[in-house]
Amino acid sequence: MPSDPAITPELVAEHNLTPEEYEGILELLGREPNYTELGIFSVMWSEHCSYKNTRALLKGFPTQSPRVLVAAGEENAGILDIGDGLAISFKIESHNHPSAVEPFQGAATGVGGIIRDIFTMGARPVCAMNSLRFGELSNPNVRRLFRGVVSGIAHYGNCFGIPTVGGEVYFDKSYEGNPLVNAFALGVLRHDQIARGAAKGVGNPVFYVGPATGRDGLAGAAFASQDLTEESAEHQRGAVQVGDPFMEKLCMEACLELLATGAVTGIQDMGAAGLTCSTCETAARGGTGIEIDLAKVPQRSSDMTPYEILLSESQERMLIIVEQGREEEVKRIFDKWDLPWAEIGNVTGTGQMVVKNHGEMVVDLPASKLADDAPVYHREATEPKYLAAVRAFTLEGIDDLDDPTAALGKLLKWPTIASKNWVYRQYDHMVRANTMVNPGSDAAVIRIKADSIPGDGNGAFPEKILALAVDCNATHVYLDPFEGAKAAVAECARNLACSGATPIGSTDNLNFGNPHNPELFWQLKESVRGLAEGCAAFDAPVTGGNVSLYNQNPEGAIDPTPTMAMVGLIEDAAHVTTQWFKDEGDAIILLGEPLDAEDALHGLGGSAFLQVLHKQKTGTPSRCNLETERTLGTTLLGLIQSGLVKGAHDCAEGGLAVALAECCFSELEGRNTPRFIGAEIDLIKLKSERLDALLFGETLGRIVITTSELDSVKAIERTKLMGVPARRIGTVGEVKGAALKIKSTTGEWSWEVARLHDLWWNSIDNAMA
Amino acid sequence: MKFAVLQFPGSNCDQDCVHVLRSVFGRPTELLWHKEYSVGDADAVFIPGGFSYGDYLRTGSIARFSPVMGAVKEFADNGGFVFGICNGFQILCEAGMLPGALIRNRSLQFRCEHVYLQTATHDSPFTGQIPEGKNLRIPIAHGEGNYFCDDETLQSLEDNGQILFQYIDAEGDLTDHANPNGSRANIAGICNEKRNVGGMMPHPERASEAVLGGDDGRLIFQSLIATLKTQPPLA
Repeated sequence: MPSDPAITPELVAEHNLTPEEYEGILELLGREPNYTELGIFSVMWSEHCSYKNTRALLKGFPTQSPRVLVAAGEENAGILDIGDGLAISFKIESHNHPSAVEPFQGAATGVGGIIRDIFTMGARPVCAMNSLRFGELSNPNVRRLFRGVVSGIAHYGNCFGIPTVGGEVYFDKSYEGNPLVNAFALGVLRHDQIARGAAKGVGNPVFYVGPATGRDGLAGAAFASQDLTEESAEHQRGAVQVGDPFMEKLCMEACLELLATGAVTGIQDMGAAGLTCSTCETAARGGTGIEIDLAKVPQRSSDMTPYEILLSESQERMLIIVEQGREEEVKRIFDKWDLPWAEIGNVTGTGQMVVKNHGEMVVDLPASKLADDAPVYHREATEPKYLAAVRAFTLEGIDDLDDPTAALGKLLKWPTIASKNWVYRQYDHMVRANTMVNPGSDAAVIRIKADSIPGDGNGAFPEKILALAVDCNATHVYLDPFEGAKAAVAECARNLACSGATPIGSTDNLNFGNPHNPELFWQLKESVRGLAEGCAAFDAPVTGGNVSLYNQNPEGAIDPTPTMAMVGLIEDAAHVTTQWFKDEGDAIILLGEPLDAEDALHGLGGSAFLQVLHKQKTGTPSRCNLETERTLGTTLLGLIQSGLVKGAHDCAEGGLAVALAECCFSELEGRNTPRFIGAEIDLIKLKSERLDALLFGETLGRIVITTSELDSVKAIERTKLMGVPARRIGTVGEVKGAALKIKSTTGEWSWEVARLHDLWWNSIDNAMA
Repeated sequence: MKFAVLQFPGSNCDQDCVHVLRSVFGRPTELLWHKEYSVGDADAVFIPGGFSYGDYLRTGSIARFSPVMGAVKEFADNGGFVFGICNGFQILCEAGMLPGALIRNRSLQFRCEHVYLQTATHDSPFTGQIPEGKNLRIPIAHGEGNYFCDDETLQSLEDNGQILFQYIDAEGDLTDHANPNGSRANIAGICNEKRNVGGMMPHPERASEAVLGGDDGRLIFQSLIATLKTQPPLA
């Protein structure tokens, strides 16, 4: 075996550690680290593992509520009480850099990683979502990335057997070459099934479970924490792991079965930084030490160095600490599932992470200092210069529309607004037989039944219903990070309300550029402030999340993208609500103020309309008033719970006209079988200086609902009583020859619903053909 | 009346089958581990959807050699009822218990969506209770559901009335446009010549409760239950 290289400043720099950080290591150890130890510091102190650039900011998030059983940062994922002794665990995590380099495996292992985080908590994963960002589809490389990412997610999720029930996809030039892949998973468990990632009990044996360790994914966490360049991508191809969803399924079933025996005292998946991170974090959490011998670790190649074994990110591996004397039970279960396993060490009382190789000491580091004492940086933040131009933008020179006929078609065809059926038809979104609302409505809705929980014979408990949404309009965040981030939270909450759910918690994925750039760091800081205010306003504490920085290439940084996923509870199956129009003759009512009187751009700032029709991505976006949004949500929920509401859909990208069109055609009865229904809309009484703003402006806080004609007056009165504006704006029309008709003070227009649907439904399919 | 649902390590619709049989129909149902050599006292066996042993090689190609499939074959040879759904259908074809094979969808992509089916024969233990002229709406979720067989086999399937289900459109027409995967003759499900072994790609267990958006799939379970009531179980 070649001897370890000497530690030089160049080697330190290659490990992405600054000279100051290296000084810190020398001080912490009181000696020079060896090569393997240097590698360990480089991954443990990377942004991905240590949050060194964001830790200070993240403190602003609300993380507590009476429902919180395990709070953000304590474990691999947070846990929330959902009543009757049941709980859920969920989290979102990025796999951006690997997906940029190898889209299929990068995205697949992103799904695998987040699923492991959930079953590590003792929960059975029951559904997944994802949030994706790509460049424009006219670019063949973007299409390659898009195709690869979607099929990678499908491959992993479908084979594992988790329904991918929802998500979002945006296309914008800023993500060209730097796609975002944020994967979300949610699991269910009883309160008494919560597992911990702590190495407890001196002398307890440490087990390694899963396939042998190879050289794949070497130091992926460190790779993810630097800018992406052509060179780094090529160089780092080996940092992308290869996923095996079948192995993950075995691993999950075995771990859940094992946890049920009570023999496990600590469990953690080997995700980022593999064996290194799992050993030192479990020891740090347990207030103990840990000692392992690498010679006992299953290896794919006989000549792997300690450095490689410790930093490998081979997938589907778990670290399990078992009560001494119960080893046989563990072995029986692993053998039942034909899982490779090895006993590799034990828990010690020294506080040290000790790694030996054939008995020879290769690592001796203080576990808790390594895990918890990473440097914390308060980076410099400067307001970006581009914002001056954004704020100066006015509608002068943007001629109002005379005829909106073509504009509506163009917006519906715009890939960011267009139907994502090309994506979700590749995902199994129904496995486990719980999906009540399939992809294509405001939020996904699933039920929780006895087999959603680990173990057999869970007895009777009332079925639970959850709604889930993931949202972020990054254009708005780019143009106003604070308001845009608030709006991402508000949109999630609105989507949940439209489905009949009350928010109970959230998880965030912060995707940003290089934090050393003060302007980019300012975006991050303002976004975090916005998310924090938003989550507090909706009583949806952040239960965990992920930070992905350095999302930039030589062309520049991505739009700041603080993706927000939110989970809500629906009290009764009768409250589950979908977005499409239901019956001819139903009243169409707009909840919320049609236009924000204080917004000089009338909701057109940063709108899809300005981007698509005027090729301008600028202007200050609509303000987000959290108080108004919150009242809007609770009011709608009250209406739904009283049985008044037949359908509800919020206004987002493309404004009111796009929302109305979607209500006319988004119901899908079966393959190639959309259900069309018309609508007659009268906007004459709505005061607006501009037709484009009235139809396509993106003023926040607006929801279109339908009620029976009989209930419409009651619904409007009740809404007004809550202080929320409500106006009857039309009537649901015929199914036969369905048309969307809109009249305003300046004219009257009609669209064939089937034609609008064709533009919307087939846009991405056509672009990918 | 007892049911067994096979459980391969990569089965992922096993619990869904058990849920429908136990909770929707109230029938005693047990999971049967792939390492077992006997189907026990089951009166009928379901082979559920999933990815049996990962299916990286070819769907069902390893599963056919599992101990439990030996038992299932023996059970079927003695007249026992066996029904495969999705991966279960693939395994039955691979094991030679049903004719033909399931190859990659012609789109080369996985497809998850509700499809429409017509019942090509009501003379089977799996379709007897489906009303004449009733078109079923049931979801598919597969990447390899493209039913393929040679002309001779297709002819014999047609002659013997072994085609159980065919893909149609919402209007009830059997067209190529209605075919989600490229299957020959729009075949979605078949049975063997003895009519005691059947398989289908769509998932009736995901369409057996109104709360999931449709319950046409119940008719298939009902048919088998009705058959078992009138035909005495195996000695």
